Amino acid sequence: MSAASETLPSVMVPVAMRLARVEKETHDTFTLTLESADGERPARFAPGQFSMLYVFGVGELPISISGNPEERDRLIYTVRSVGKATHALVTRAPGEAIGVRGPFGTSWPLADSRGRDIVIVAGGIGLAPLRPAIYHVLRHRGDYGRLLVLYGARSPQDLLFRKQLTAWNYVPDTQILITVDYGGLSWRGNVGVVTTLFRHIRLEPERTTALVCGPEIMMRYVVRELLVRGVSAEDIYLSMERNMKCAVGFCGHCQLGPYFVCKDGPVFPYSRLKAWMDRYEL
Amino acid sequence: MRKRARETADQGQAGAARRSLLLSPAALGELLAALLRRGYTVIAPTVRDGAICYEPVNGVEELPAGYTMELEAGSCRLKRRGDEALFGYVVGAKSLKNYLHPPERRVFAAERDNGLFRILPEQTERPRFAFLGVRPCDLAAAAIQDRVFLKDRYQDGEYRARREAAFVVAVHCTEPAATCFCASMGTGPRAKDGFDIALTEIVEPGRHLFVAEAGTAAGAELLAELNASEAPEELCRAAEEALERAASSMKRRLDGDGLRELLYERFEDPHWDDVARRCLCCANCTMVCPTCFCVTVEDTSDVTGRRAERWQRWDSCFTQNFSYIHGGSVRLSPKSRYRQWLTHKLAAWVDQFGTPGCVGCGRCISWCPVGIDITQEVAALREAARTRA
Ligand SMILES: Cc1cc2nc3c(=O)[nH]c(=O)nc-3n(C[C@H](O)[C@H](O)[C@H](O)COP(=O)(O)OP(=O)(O)OC[C@H]3O[C@@H](n4cnc5c(N)ncnc54)[C@H](O)[C@@H]3O)c2cc1C
Ligand code: SF4
Ligand code: SF4
Ligand code: FES
Repeated sequence: MSAASETLPSVMVPVAMRLARVEKETHDTFTLTLESADGERPARFAPGQFSMLYVFGVGELPISISGNPEERDRLIYTVRSVGKATHALVTRAPGEAIGVRGPFGTSWPLADSRGRDIVIVAGGIGLAPLRPAIYHVLRHRGDYGRLLVLYGARSPQDLLFRKQLTAWNYVPDTQILITVDYGGLSWRGNVGVVTTLFRHIRLEPERTTALVCGPEIMMRYVVRELLVRGVSAEDIYLSMERNMKCAVGFCGHCQLGPYFVCKDGPVFPYSRLKAWMDRYEL
Repeated sequence: MRKRARETADQGQAGAARRSLLLSPAALGELLAALLRRGYTVIAPTVRDGAICYEPVNGVEELPAGYTMELEAGSCRLKRRGDEALFGYVVGAKSLKNYLHPPERRVFAAERDNGLFRILPEQTERPRFAFLGVRPCDLAAAAIQDRVFLKDRYQDGEYRARREAAFVVAVHCTEPAATCFCASMGTGPRAKDGFDIALTEIVEPGRHLFVAEAGTAAGAELLAELNASEAPEELCRAAEEALERAASSMKRRLDGDGLRELLYERFEDPHWDDVARRCLCCANCTMVCPTCFCVTVEDTSDVTGRRAERWQRWDSCFTQNFSYIHGGSVRLSPKSRYRQWLTHKLAAWVDQFGTPGCVGCGRCISWCPVGIDITQEVAALREAARTRA
């Protein structure tokens, strides 16, 4: 048997997709729409999952899918430009190629939360991986109880998906609450960290599933708030971020205690994280 | 895995003891030649730069006849022996990992094509490796890497191809080094499985022989070509006794009992500060460890920007960049990095892959420039757990 030149499909090789649209969300955040370049539909994804996006010759990075899971012919991502790779990603021109691997990882527990209130708590870019969950609940509105979205951003200029947030607020049994750290003169909304929004809502802890994504420090405070209000650790889900070089369990970078965030996460029930999350430099 | 899944030779004989054959050093040379004839790149121990290394060889004369390598914490010293033993040392810095999961490898090359990009077909031929002189701990380590790259959710195709094509001639250990602790890890000094052929070297005044056994049909076939005779009962017993002596002579040991829970519990133990004062975060331990698998991925392009490549390179949890996410590294202090390494090896690994990530080869002890000894650090943490709250 010759092992030479045997071509193996590699989970590390991206598929080229075409960048169809780039929308500016804020001064540093852009939503990218990718379409198939070969007519083949991208793989189905579940809300909360992410892809590895590759900018030709520059680098590859983990980015959550922020689009509607029912729209099967495209993949949508919302990217905040914070460094070399994300900058390269958001400055591509429509028509250019972006490499895609995935989808990877666990998803928000939507199937298991039917009949329950869904409380979504997001900080900053953390709203991006939660948007597919919002789409899902709105599309299957009758399957769920109340939908509450608590969203915090640094300033009004940093708020993502503003038009959508406003529109969703008119959907029955749906409440969107927004706060910013610094309001400025023209801001009439809430000011303060996202946890301050909890005093505006009434939680029914027994029937609540909470989905949380944002900076780790923010998630710690949110978890504390939810626990105090009687939501059980099993019903709180967090999406974790770690360095990721492969997304398939090979590179070792994404470890968090006993877990690989890329394959055991990124979405975890807090009950599985609580032994690890408060450990500094874990 | 195709080959390993095949019936092993002795299972075919319905539980009968493995047949032991007698090989002379000359016959070992024939074995090596037969592997080369089959097109294998033969990787075997050889003396290079004043140390035992695992490198491609072209004949038995390149093996380190009459050498040993004394291993101690923070040192390895090549020495002459009083005899012509071919395997009179245990491990060098390299292991199967260097060939099955190499230090760097190109994952793909791609070219801009019609506004998109296209992955170029791989041009170079993948070598087929035959490993000669593999130690039991290293076989156990390869089995652990199999769990990472082949038996989890995703498969590493390149690793799989190299692994499936490999031929393994193991050597049971009759003379462990001072740094070895495989007996306490249950991985040696006798190789249990994972080899095509296993040898025990007998070097005594007046005789120099090998007892050979086949582990697979492919191994049996190759041995049959050598026209070897059955090893006499007495020789087999001598080999067996040498292995028992080896096990009981091992000075170092690592007590794994309840260690996973203990390490998770001792996350804040002051002993981590003690190790951190000594550790240089040089990453040597992770490079020489035969189970450490972490890599980084680098994307590059040529000056024209038309052609791009992705490379995979060994990486280490001892570097600060390893845990970098926007805003800073998760593990900034050396203390947190040593703790990550040890806790991953001996605790998290068990959760992730059902086995510790240490096989007791002792490499990390010898190749640590400051002689940090994993067995001593574990013992110190145990002691701390016993005496501190
Ligand atoms: C599961 C997951 C989902 C994510 N989803 C989104 C999303 O939807 N939108 C979004 O804007 N951001 C998301 N991120 C974060 C995003 O991946 C990082 O912001 C990005 O990798 C930073 O790269 P950079 O070069 O632009 O930034 P810099 O901070 O300049 O980083 C420098 C270098 O550090 C490395 N690096 C930094 N962070 C990471 C990382 N997480 N993994 C691997 N390498 C890293 C890269 O090599 C990078 O080039 C997600 C991260 C994870 C783990
Ligand atoms: S941790 Fe040290 S002793 Fe254990 S397998 Fe790795 S190098 Fe060998
Ligand atoms: S334990 Fe030793 S070999 Fe490992 S990083 Fe620290 S100094 Fe280097
Ligand atoms: S990202 Fe590589 S192991 Fe998880």
